[in-house]
Amino acid sequence: MSATAVALPAPVVEMIGVRRFFPGPPEVQAIREVDLTIGQGEYLSIVGPSGSGKSTLLHLLGLLDNPTGGVYRLDGVDTLSLRERRRAVLRGERIGFVFQSFHLLDHRTVLENVALSMVYVGVPRRERIARARVALERVGLAHRMDFAPTTLSGGERQRVAIARALVAEPSLLLADEPTGNLDSANAEAILEVFDELHHEGMTLAVITHDDNVSRRAQRQVRIVDGTLQW
Amino acid sequence: MVTPPAGPPDPAGGPSTSRSAKLLRRTRLALAGVVRRGAGSRRKRLTRGPAVRDLLDEALAGVAARPTRLILTTLGTVLGIAALVGTVGLGQTAAGQITQRFDLAAATRVVVQPDDKGGQEGEAATQLPWDAPERIARLNGVDAAGTVSQLEVGDDLVRSVAGLDGQKEGHALQVMAGSPGLFDAVRGGLTTGRFFDAGHDKRGDRVVVLGKNAAERLGINRVDSQPAIFVGDQAYTVIGILDSVSGRAELLDAVIMPNGAAKLAYDLESPDAVEIRTAVGAAQLIAGQAPVAIDPNNPSALKVDAPPKQGGVRKGVESDLNALFLLLGAVALLVGGLGIANVTLLSVLERVSEIGLRRALGAARRHVAAQFLVESVIVGFLGGLLGTAVGVLLTVGVSWFRDWTPILDSRLSLGAPLLGAVIGLIAGTYPAWKASAIQPITALRGT
Repeated sequence: MSATAVALPAPVVEMIGVRRFFPGPPEVQAIREVDLTIGQGEYLSIVGPSGSGKSTLLHLLGLLDNPTGGVYRLDGVDTLSLRERRRAVLRGERIGFVFQSFHLLDHRTVLENVALSMVYVGVPRRERIARARVALERVGLAHRMDFAPTTLSGGERQRVAIARALVAEPSLLLADEPTGNLDSANAEAILEVFDELHHEGMTLAVITHDDNVSRRAQRQVRIVDGTLQW
Repeated sequence: MVTPPAGPPDPAGGPSTSRSAKLLRRTRLALAGVVRRGAGSRRKRLTRGPAVRDLLDEALAGVAARPTRLILTTLGTVLGIAALVGTVGLGQTAAGQITQRFDLAAATRVVVQPDDKGGQEGEAATQLPWDAPERIARLNGVDAAGTVSQLEVGDDLVRSVAGLDGQKEGHALQVMAGSPGLFDAVRGGLTTGRFFDAGHDKRGDRVVVLGKNAAERLGINRVDSQPAIFVGDQAYTVIGILDSVSGRAELLDAVIMPNGAAKLAYDLESPDAVEIRTAVGAAQLIAGQAPVAIDPNNPSALKVDAPPKQGGVRKGVESDLNALFLLLGAVALLVGGLGIANVTLLSVLERVSEIGLRRALGAARRHVAAQFLVESVIVGFLGGLLGTAVGVLLTVGVSWFRDWTPILDSRLSLGAPLLGAVIGLIAGTYPAWKASAIQPITALRGT
């Protein structure tokens, strides 16, 4: 396993024939027969109109949902054979989420929000705070660390969310409409952050219906009616 | 995409491009190290979960985030635990005081009388001897003893000589006879005058002591002028007025003469009963010994009234007093528990997106369940703690107000907060399960 990894880095995401049906009636075939490979350091965008199944695909990619069938390997680990607890740990360690609506805890400070993403991975408290501090400094929010998220602007909040997603050192950054709640200037700033991350070798998958966002990616995949089109 | 209305200035966005560029450069520096680290180095961390301390911290933060709600949620538990602690505490305190009073009066009183059963045609099988008080007094632990008898006076009425009362014909008062030791045995107290003594008894002097109620009806309130009363056609000199007794309250309504006079006037054959006052704690012993001392040949023909064993009184009083209030406390606790369950459930529904986020950050179902369970345990424990404080204050306050000595079981004050926690645990079970069952995808879908 490690020998092959040296020779050729394993893809971060490897989906083969993945399906996700929601039991009816009527049965909804949200994802049918998706083959998707995301190599290390790739910047991928998944575009599609609403109802095309892109949210479902994101949940499958993020281990938030189980496929009905197929094979999904994350960092070479076969995720379908894992039990719920192991999947949760894998999710916490390997995947960073950025959501359209930020999902910050209003009652906690910005610093605590970022540190939270290392709690379930088992990083000791002292290290969590130190790393969260560094991550926030790096996204330019050092002066906002002890603020409540409700006092921040949308762009600042999304940068907090990005800091939170990256601080646990994930293999894959999954962004779901990351600019959906932002004005164009803030959206542009966020996309620039993504560009930088891509240059540094981060693996990114951005799901969007916005062509302006999707164009920034290295590779674009279109999803229509639960199937991928290139 | 529409531009939202101008919010607070965003340092990274919009016109301040030079600032954002600088920020991005710094970001790049930081993230470079992060990203380049291989996945393999982290693989061994897979089995490590969150520390218990962290889960506790998260739960505490969750509880503390909504202080007003916390107060309202704990209210039911506070009331329930306070009712419980206050009831038990006041019950113990009150029982302690009552028992003290019993120790002085009832717990030292033993009465011996012939058993009605066993004799023929309702007559007693045996008679008490006249020297019963002397026999009893020889026992160790007896403080005083005296006989008491009810006299059959027939139609004899009692009237005062002076004619101070309107009733010409006289009053139908009880007439009783006693030995000189009787008054000591029943803790008699005098308003005025004196008790009769062995001399009066021996000589058959026609003297009486009046119970205070009898004296009032006869219009006699002083004895220094040696007032006389008639019982039937016999005159008696009043030498004292009885103010208080314990145990045999009918003495207060009666005319009491020495046995010697009663034997002459009414042919009293034997005493009805012997009143014994024992030393504190000796009542049980004396109750066992008295029949043998009085009638060694036939002790079982005597009936002995003695106070119940130590503790029996206390227990009985406690359970009577507490049953209702304990029930009230239990109901309040039930309501408190339901309150916690309700609010926690509401909180789960409200925090669906938080639950989803935690799951996305690597929390397993049991971590989510544990968090909500611990939160409701904390709420229950806080309620228990506050309730205990209120209950203790209540007990001490009432005791202070009524001049009692507060008696509190320390196990109660320590156990009550734990009871609150247990209630929180039970109340939180369903909401916690509900929270853990929430699918992260549904939780994160909302905006």
